[in-house]
Amino acid sequence: MNRREAYEARQRKRALILATISTLLVVAILVIFVPMAPGWEQVRKSFFSGDVFVQSFPKMAKAFLLNIAIFAWSAPLVAIVGLLIALARSVRSPALFPLRIFGAAYVDIFRGLPVVLVIYLIGFGIPGLGLPRPYNSPYIWGTVALVLTYSAYVAEILRSGIESVHASQRAAGLSLGMSERSVMRDIVLPQAIRRVVPANMNMLIAMQKDVALLSFIGPVEILRQAGIFKSLFANFTPYVVAAAIFLVVTIPATRYADYLMNRQRDARS
Amino acid sequence: MSSFQLKAFGFGTVLAAIAALSTPTYAMDACATGKTITEGKLTIATGNPAYYPWVHDDTPQSGKGFEAAVGYAVADKMGFAKDDVVWVRTSFDEAIQPGAKNFDFNMQQYSITEERERVVDFSDPYYAAPAAILVRQKTVDAGLKPEMAALKALKWGVAQATTALPVVTQTIQPESDPLFYDDTANAVAAMQADQIDAAIFDLPTALYLSAVVLDDGVVLGQFPAAQSDNPDQFGMLMAEGNPIKECVDAALAELKTDGSLTEIEAEWLQAATNVPLVK
Repeated sequence: MNRREAYEARQRKRALILATISTLLVVAILVIFVPMAPGWEQVRKSFFSGDVFVQSFPKMAKAFLLNIAIFAWSAPLVAIVGLLIALARSVRSPALFPLRIFGAAYVDIFRGLPVVLVIYLIGFGIPGLGLPRPYNSPYIWGTVALVLTYSAYVAEILRSGIESVHASQRAAGLSLGMSERSVMRDIVLPQAIRRVVPANMNMLIAMQKDVALLSFIGPVEILRQAGIFKSLFANFTPYVVAAAIFLVVTIPATRYADYLMNRQRDARS
Repeated sequence: MSSFQLKAFGFGTVLAAIAALSTPTYAMDACATGKTITEGKLTIATGNPAYYPWVHDDTPQSGKGFEAAVGYAVADKMGFAKDDVVWVRTSFDEAIQPGAKNFDFNMQQYSITEERERVVDFSDPYYAAPAAILVRQKTVDAGLKPEMAALKALKWGVAQATTALPVVTQTIQPESDPLFYDDTANAVAAMQADQIDAAIFDLPTALYLSAVVLDDGVVLGQFPAAQSDNPDQFGMLMAEGNPIKECVDAALAELKTDGSLTEIEAEWLQAATNVPLVK
């Protein structure tokens, strides 16, 4: 080890010790001072009741399966609709200009509305037109609302990916005699989609959480189940349970998205 | 004619005498003194919005509607003049969250339950609500009778967790999972969209919805109080350990003894005698 390496090793060690001390200090302050707040006893009883946690957990975990199911059938639909809208916005032929207008209007409308509103309007509105069962199910129309909203975001992400592929590649493909369609399918899209994977991962995580909004129109998923327990126990612990269950799923997913993003950055530099 | 005048005269005198007597009595009634959040005022919370028939036109200050009337009657017994009653609005969650409350008591059809008693205090009950079934006319036309076997096959909706949930999940035990809604308006929307066949509400709410909100709504039947283990009783919600509880309970006890509570109920909650019992 030369002098410089020894110096760097010392510096790293010093940084590690400092980081440990400051972290422990912050944790200690939280653990010692928060319980000293005058309302802590009340807050602990309402938000962190062990009894309520144990009683509500099994049903909450079961309700979360519904979130996962809704997410599982929505995500592929979002990918498909998002891609179609992105392609619609990227067409170049003048004859297909109405398609571009449609794509732009779609994105403007569904990106501009709160998800809850879309869920209410579609979830109660369309079945209200008189659809027979089972086609008026809140599961169907809630999913439609979710897919419409999120595919607008995903379409924009994909479009940014498509535009990030340099025009010279398209020109090169066309000059080799490839069709416009084949250039898009074989040259542009494979690169575009790969580039926006991390951004789309974030979208998936956001949608996974927003599945809970379907509870507004009837389905008893985890947020609603927490609300039922809250009102039965007059206690907010079920919400903490729900938060914990969500984190178990979303933290690994966000870490994975970060990992993908870092890997991409490293590959580029 | 003369007898009428005499009566009117007599009544007026009595009123004047009561007024003369009761003003000093109020001042001496020390029960609530120093126990309200604003000295000399009684702050009552209601829902946002407050629904008919509990509060008419979302204006509790008018004293119209069952809960508004009970609120003023209790205030009167506690020694507060009408002008000293202040109304505020809270959601359900605001009422049960820890920390200081911005009301002396909160009336929005809070069912008294053991679990809730651990976090907040309730007054003695001011109303016992039977659970009732709301359906649409076309379901009745299709031959639905208020009989338990037929009820199991329906698709159920629930909007009031404490009133309706035990009835649906324990008493009826339907074949498919019930759907849940934030408030009565959403449950009615789902009924209009034909996503649910039937929903359970407390009887006064069900009667109101069938008469005013849902065009083809019918109250199919009600559950006799004896049939549920735990009849749904409404209490005024207060912060835990609120010293005003004894004053509120005393006032309610007085209203029950002198029959005024029954009168208020008769005046503001529709008579429900023609709603059949579920067999």
